[in-house]
Amino acid sequence: MNFLKRFARNRGAVIGIVILLAVVAFAILAPTLYPQSPWRPVARPFLAPFVNERFLLGTDTLGRNLAAGLVHGARVSLMIGVVSTLVALVIGVPLGAVAGYAGGFVDDALMRFTEFFQTIPSFALAIVLVAILQPQLGSIVLAIGVVSWPPVARLVRGEVLSLRSREYVQAAVTIGQSTPRIIFSQVLPNTLAPIIVMGSLMIGSAILLESSLSFLGLGDPNLMSWGYMVGAGRTRLLDAWWISFFPGLAIFLTVLALNLAGEGLNDALNPRLARGRE
Amino acid sequence: MTAPALSIEGLTLALPAMADRANAVETVTLAIAPGETLCVVGESGSGKSMIAHAVMGLLPKAVKPVAGAVRLAGRDLLALDEAAMQDIRGREIGMIFQEPMTSLNPVMRISDQIVETFEAHGLHDKAARRARAIDLLTEVGLPEPSRLAKAYPHELSGGQRQRVMIAMALALEPKLLIADEPTTALDVTTQAQILKLIDNLRHRHGTAVLFITHDMGVVAEIADRIAVLEKGVLVEEGAADQVLGAPAHAYTQKLLAAVPSLTPPERPPLPETAPVISVEGLGKTYRKRSFFGVAREVKAADEISFSLMRGETLGLVGESGSGKSTVGRCCLRLIEPDRGRIALGDLVLSELKSAELRRQRKRIQMVFQDPFASLNPRQTVGRIISDGPVAHGMSRKEALAKARELLELVGLSANAIDRYPHEFSGGQRQRVGIARALALEPDVLVADEAVSALDVSVQAQILKLIKDIQQRLGLAILFVTHDLRVAAQICDRIAVMQRGRIVESGSTAALFADPQHAYTRQLLAAVPGGGRFGH
Repeated sequence: MNFLKRFARNRGAVIGIVILLAVVAFAILAPTLYPQSPWRPVARPFLAPFVNERFLLGTDTLGRNLAAGLVHGARVSLMIGVVSTLVALVIGVPLGAVAGYAGGFVDDALMRFTEFFQTIPSFALAIVLVAILQPQLGSIVLAIGVVSWPPVARLVRGEVLSLRSREYVQAAVTIGQSTPRIIFSQVLPNTLAPIIVMGSLMIGSAILLESSLSFLGLGDPNLMSWGYMVGAGRTRLLDAWWISFFPGLAIFLTVLALNLAGEGLNDALNPRLARGRE
Repeated sequence: MTAPALSIEGLTLALPAMADRANAVETVTLAIAPGETLCVVGESGSGKSMIAHAVMGLLPKAVKPVAGAVRLAGRDLLALDEAAMQDIRGREIGMIFQEPMTSLNPVMRISDQIVETFEAHGLHDKAARRARAIDLLTEVGLPEPSRLAKAYPHELSGGQRQRVMIAMALALEPKLLIADEPTTALDVTTQAQILKLIDNLRHRHGTAVLFITHDMGVVAEIADRIAVLEKGVLVEEGAADQVLGAPAHAYTQKLLAAVPSLTPPERPPLPETAPVISVEGLGKTYRKRSFFGVAREVKAADEISFSLMRGETLGLVGESGSGKSTVGRCCLRLIEPDRGRIALGDLVLSELKSAELRRQRKRIQMVFQDPFASLNPRQTVGRIISDGPVAHGMSRKEALAKARELLELVGLSANAIDRYPHEFSGGQRQRVGIARALALEPDVLVADEAVSALDVSVQAQILKLIKDIQQRLGLAILFVTHDLRVAAQICDRIAVMQRGRIVESGSTAALFADPQHAYTRQLLAAVPGGGRFGH
């Protein structure tokens, strides 16, 4: 209750949530709204938006319905965003927790390993991974997950480092709890808030990364995605602006909404920090 | 009587709506004459710091003055705007805070921080400011002031930093000095020096001092007059001798009665039995890795040996950095000792491998210092207490039933079991911490400053609880503390530690009656209010 109230006080966060819910609703309703494949040409190419009410957002270079592409693209973008963030968390959280809790040599080794990934430009690495593994849904998710876990590991490590010396963790040692148990029941639950916040922000950057890959033609060829749509329309940007504009706007709004909501989550989960803003 | 330097008239500070009471302080009226020290005493949450902050104009935004006036030399400070208050702060009111570690800017040289005070008020030219800064450092009794002026805060000890803070507070010769728990974070011997310094300076400069503290011993050392606050209400005010000697209000009497006496109570000698824990030649050295040059070594524990019988309490006493906590933690192997042998009866704890150690950990348990940090905020009390037995193979259901019994044993109701730590007060949390330690039925309990973070009245209750439990269960207790009063009350024997070594040990009565080592004598002499309470 208290948490919801604090969250609701942040107007940006509420707007973010509303946009997100709308995108999610479109994604869920996509097969009902546009049962046909979004790849199928349905009308004359280069139909301008707001002219024909059956194709409200117009059609692209091959006469495919842009609105259908957008709604089906929402499914792809959201799914890739969420799943690849989960992949990043699954790699980053245990790694950071072990590094932070064990300390010493283990910490040094794991952190150098993390830095190794951080020193490689993440987008270049993602491109290489997708190109080697063939552009498919699974490989794209994996590539995005692999390039975005290092910040998670660093965050969790820092949190665990500071929690490890807390007296209640030491108390857990003295009562004879095993180390994995201490990490899972005493330490990690207390790092949940920053992880949730970071995760919500990471979904946004994962969507951007996927869009960039699709833009370059490295998206899954069977899936309509926003990045692909922007890329497909870019050669006709001057005479058929809408082909790239609407999917671009969709990316922009979704990522913005995720950032706003993440920011709101952060304030609501850290009431002490948020109070300073009043 | 001369006009008061500061008079607070009917001050009421309103708290925000969700707080546990309507007003932080209610119609408080106080006056301080020039050159006088007024101590405002109260337990945590009494609103004593709020008064100091109201005078400084530094109240938190949520707290609003709703009635009354704060007059400094006749002028109402509550009516002033921020710019006027800025001019008054420093020039007319100086302030010393509790934490000497955090109230100095770590990246500025000492002299620059003092010079800043003059700059803020546009006083003197550059050379004169520097000269004044050195004068001030000399006056507060810092060694080699001209060299210290160029130092950074981390190069100074806690006591030295607090002296610098005092120098800054007095830089512009304010009429009023506000000291908010200025010695609480310091060791007793340092505390005694700082109290003496504040007392000397106010005599020399005729500064009025508003001294906020929870420590009755400190009050007895420094106060001319005393004001006692209970939950925001001024319950008693008067001359120091009168309030301490013949307290009129029941709350004052309770506060004074709760101050542990320095005279150890009579205790019957324990029957000689085999020791339940014996420590021999324990050593722990901390090495500071440094990038250049030689690594620095600190011997936190050096050739420490002691043993404890069933039902016996040994006090490990010393100042911060003496290694007493390290020794306490080494006994549990929370910190791995470098050398030495720790035996619990026949079991040699110091030689166990980690899996076996985990199984045997239940035989020695610990009560931690900070009741707010020692309980996991995301677990219920029942979970916290039952985790130990569960880790040793008991079913959760049985362990919870046991937790209920333990909660009753430590004086909490059994239905506290489903509540979270934040719903309890500091004293109650400490009871939960004790219940957690007892859940494993240990032979030995290590109490690391277990009552230091608590108000005196709560402290007395927890000490009584520990004693009761010891008598009922026959525990051996290693009681680590910096507070000689507490040690006098609860310990059978005391070992005094200095720089990692035990310099003196013996029965409590003998040690207090006739201390042999110079350091023990120094510690005993520094206990605040020693003359009034105890001897």
